[in-house]
Amino acid sequence: MENFFTRYKNPLALMAVLFIQVVALATQVKRPEGAKPGSTGSGTRLIRVWTVTAFTPIEKVFVSTGRFFRNGWHDYADLRGARKQNIELHEEVARLQMEQVRLRQDADQARRLQALLDFKEKFITKTVAAQVIATSGTEQSRLITIDKGSKAGIKTDMAVITPDGIVGKVKDVFGSSAQVLLINDHDSGAGVILEHSRLQGIVKGTPLGELQINDIMSDEKVETGEHVITSGGDRIYPKGFSVGTVIAATPDRDNDPFLAIKIKPTADLNRLEEVLVITETSDNSRSASAGPEPMRAADILSQRLPSVPKVDPNAPKTAGGAQTGVPAAKPSPSPATANKPVSPGTEQKTAAASGSAKPPTPATGAPATGTAATNTVANKTGAEAKKSSSGQTQSPTGSAETAAAKPKPTPSATGTATANTVPGKTGAEAKKPSSGQTQSPTGSTETTVAKPKLTPKKAKTPTPATDSSKPDQPSATPAATPATQEKPPR
Amino acid sequence: MNSAVSLTSREEIEVHRFSWPVSIGIPVLAIFLQVFLRVRFLTALDLPLLVTIFFAVARRRPIPGMITGALIGTLQDVWTGHPIGLFGIAKTIVGYLGSSIGVKLDVENPGSRFLMTFAFVLIHRFVYMAISLQLVGGSEAWIWSHTLLSALVNGLAAVVLFAGLDKFKLRN
Repeated sequence: MENFFTRYKNPLALMAVLFIQVVALATQVKRPEGAKPGSTGSGTRLIRVWTVTAFTPIEKVFVSTGRFFRNGWHDYADLRGARKQNIELHEEVARLQMEQVRLRQDADQARRLQALLDFKEKFITKTVAAQVIATSGTEQSRLITIDKGSKAGIKTDMAVITPDGIVGKVKDVFGSSAQVLLINDHDSGAGVILEHSRLQGIVKGTPLGELQINDIMSDEKVETGEHVITSGGDRIYPKGFSVGTVIAATPDRDNDPFLAIKIKPTADLNRLEEVLVITETSDNSRSASAGPEPMRAADILSQRLPSVPKVDPNAPKTAGGAQTGVPAAKPSPSPATANKPVSPGTEQKTAAASGSAKPPTPATGAPATGTAATNTVANKTGAEAKKSSSGQTQSPTGSAETAAAKPKPTPSATGTATANTVPGKTGAEAKKPSSGQTQSPTGSTETTVAKPKLTPKKAKTPTPATDSSKPDQPSATPAATPATQEKPPR
Repeated sequence: MNSAVSLTSREEIEVHRFSWPVSIGIPVLAIFLQVFLRVRFLTALDLPLLVTIFFAVARRRPIPGMITGALIGTLQDVWTGHPIGLFGIAKTIVGYLGSSIGVKLDVENPGSRFLMTFAFVLIHRFVYMAISLQLVGGSEAWIWSHTLLSALVNGLAAVVLFAGLDKFKLRN
């Protein structure tokens, strides 16, 4: 026996070492209980912690030293032409400031619309900038190490981005460093949307380090060059971040009914130097807007106008089926209210009501879109009104977008003012738009035509001040049944 | 050259030794450079593997060779997102084979060094793939062009690197 061990000492030693390593490997295959998403890497192997902790200071020194010399040279070189560049930048700042005003208005409007849709979108509220200090060094694993760890508030599964696009997610966190799994690693994945076609899929890395979407059916049309953004469905990457562009979309031979869509990442994953770790997001879209909420002229005006007290929504309805004398749910032509999903029939009726310049009542459940359309149309000619209403009729589902895209906030209580000044005309003109309703498939035309005659009286009562203080809130009134709306108050 | 005349000359089977700083510093430096250098084409270069082969072949003793390979591989595993042990097992086998071959073949010749490294890269890759697919459940893909290119690059690099590392050998 002793001779056996002596003779086969080397192979036995090899088998022993391999056995130990295989056992150690097997214990890692099952994810440890402690390593839950959001933890600070408590399930990380000690050897990994020790090694990374030992190497990180050296790498930081190397990176910072190299950066010091590189930046020193660049700083010197950049001084040349700095004056000219400064002038150009001032001009650029002036131009951007003007553009910022416009964009802020658009953003505010978008937020109002999202709020009305109960749109839950994650906004980034806090990020941590980090430098890349190391990579995995192999092609089998696409991983980078950054110089920020749990001390900087970084946790596992946090999204890592650059201004160009997403980079990956935090995989392991150590004290002063963290490892980030790149999006092109074959163990990575992210929910994405093709920007134009709105097709959703999951982008994954390939063994060659490419990005690919494999779960879109081959009968879908995907064009080269289409932009791919995050969908937010994976709950890691916030929605709307750039992922890449489609460079090829071919039928997947291994996965027959699906396409193999290759994506070129917008972030240069091979030359990452600085990244941002999203450490905090917020579901509240309102929090993203800085400063007081801007008010529109219509809202301000409506607040100054005499108002009637709020009417109990449970108040009994009139014989006409609709509550009369109820203040308009949304006197301010908030186009966003239109986002409340309504059935096509409901929307058409709303548009018809607008043609009649009848002040919409909460009880009728006319969505604010309809209100907006109402107020707007009431000031226009019949032809214009017809356009508006028909526009909404033809695209019931997209009516919210239509209204949102062209919010024409006419002064507050437009419907009221119009009704008071030109009552007869309003009624006459309003027939035209309602005639446009006849094209609607729901066939609610007959009732709507009769409405205009009654509008002058009704239009006096509502005051817009009731709800104008909350222009961004979704309409509190539920969408009424079509039957309720069709009955004009007589 | 003597080595071309006889494959088992006294010079060829000489067991080389290295100082402790070299034995520890060179592998650590190789791993450091591997993870620190973020140049795309260098990812095909596996410096820790080359160092493993060099020490195994130079020492010509299987047990130290495979232990060297196991340690280097395990340290390399730390920087990957994979379970620790994939590179460790692969480099253990390479270290063992390298030291076993070093006794029997001429490993001082640049040509033999190139061929030996070329073959070891393929073996290393094969072992890594097998473990990843069979034990860990990974989704690795064997891509011939990539593997052969990597073997070629590492083989050429080994000729240069080994010539430089020869200067650290302690001769009795």
